[in-house]
Amino acid sequence: MDISRRGLFHIGGKLLVVASVGATLEQIIGAEPPSDAYRMADHWWGMLIDIDKCIGCGSCVRACSQENNVPKGYFRTWVERYQVDENQQPTVDSPDGAMNGFAPLTRDDLKAFFVPKLCNHCADSPCVQVCPVGATFVSPDGVVLVDKEYCLGCRYCVQACPYGCRYLHPETDTVDKCTLCYHRITQGLTTACCENCPTQARVLVDFKNPQDPVHEFLRKNMVQVLKPYMATKAKVYYKDLDGSVR
Amino acid sequence: MFHDSGHLIRPALVLLAAVVIFLVIRAAVIPKDFGKYGHYRPAALALVRSHQIAYAGQETCVMCHDDQANARKAGKHAHVACEACHGPQAAHANDPSIKPKLPEVADLCRRCHEKDAAKPSGFPQVVTVEHSGGAKCNDCHQPHNPRM
Repeated sequence: MDISRRGLFHIGGKLLVVASVGATLEQIIGAEPPSDAYRMADHWWGMLIDIDKCIGCGSCVRACSQENNVPKGYFRTWVERYQVDENQQPTVDSPDGAMNGFAPLTRDDLKAFFVPKLCNHCADSPCVQVCPVGATFVSPDGVVLVDKEYCLGCRYCVQACPYGCRYLHPETDTVDKCTLCYHRITQGLTTACCENCPTQARVLVDFKNPQDPVHEFLRKNMVQVLKPYMATKAKVYYKDLDGSVR
Repeated sequence: MFHDSGHLIRPALVLLAAVVIFLVIRAAVIPKDFGKYGHYRPAALALVRSHQIAYAGQETCVMCHDDQANARKAGKHAHVACEACHGPQAAHANDPSIKPKLPEVADLCRRCHEKDAAKPSGFPQVVTVEHSGGAKCNDCHQPHNPRM
């Protein structure tokens, strides 16, 4: 078959029209809505952490690690131990993220306490703002998540997080972080860390649920978020947080 | 005046074709529901939710082990979840023929109850070597209701 240059352009033009009509139709028809009972618009998740109740046992770290297959040496949640000296200078340790608790502190004339840490699930999170491909986002129910199929592994978000809550997964080379056990909380369970905290030092809360004890807790207690000057609108509230905590 | 307009029309057509090709590729590559909730792919939510549960949760454990739950209810460990000591048991809950291992008592009790200046002062703590002299905690204490 002999095709002239003009003929080739004609065929090309027709193919383009067919392809674009097809693509447009596919966009109009759209995706199917999720079929289960969980309604994202009804929830706004966060966490309360009571420093005065934390015993530094590391149950949360072990639970998180097992629930989420967190690679060894990486942590989605970890516990830090602070000991603050006479000049208000803290010494902080967190051996293996407190996976096996802590070796006892000997000096007992200084103030010392444990601070469990995790993603703060900020409403205005810097990590989401810097992602160039829309791979990390705040879900409609207030959980900061990573789309591991879209993540390029560029690490912008790892640098942007003021709380050090993100890491590059050594096997997938995509960013990984606390999901607030999204696979559990959307099924009516609590997070693995909260489920296994023996003293209820950490509690999952839903700010959109009027029955949630969080409302009374916030009315009656002194609370603080980490690094409030970063204006991230963090949703992990700490009770009795010392000023030395960074 | 426009007798040479072919010089303009042809590049314009090429440009138009390039724009159309760009739009077609864009439409084919970006998921159709991208941007439904924000600048991301809604299917990512389902992807995160598809993760398997490892910890079955209190309510599931108590469905079968109500005897242990009742023993625990009377003691100081009333609010300690089963899996905090026994580890993740969703696999056991789904298939009871999978038998969980008993926890290592020496490590388990120490993590919570070894004396540490950073622990809240009201929390029961002991210096293990002074307290038991090397004996196992459950030689004297019942773990579900840890009175002597």
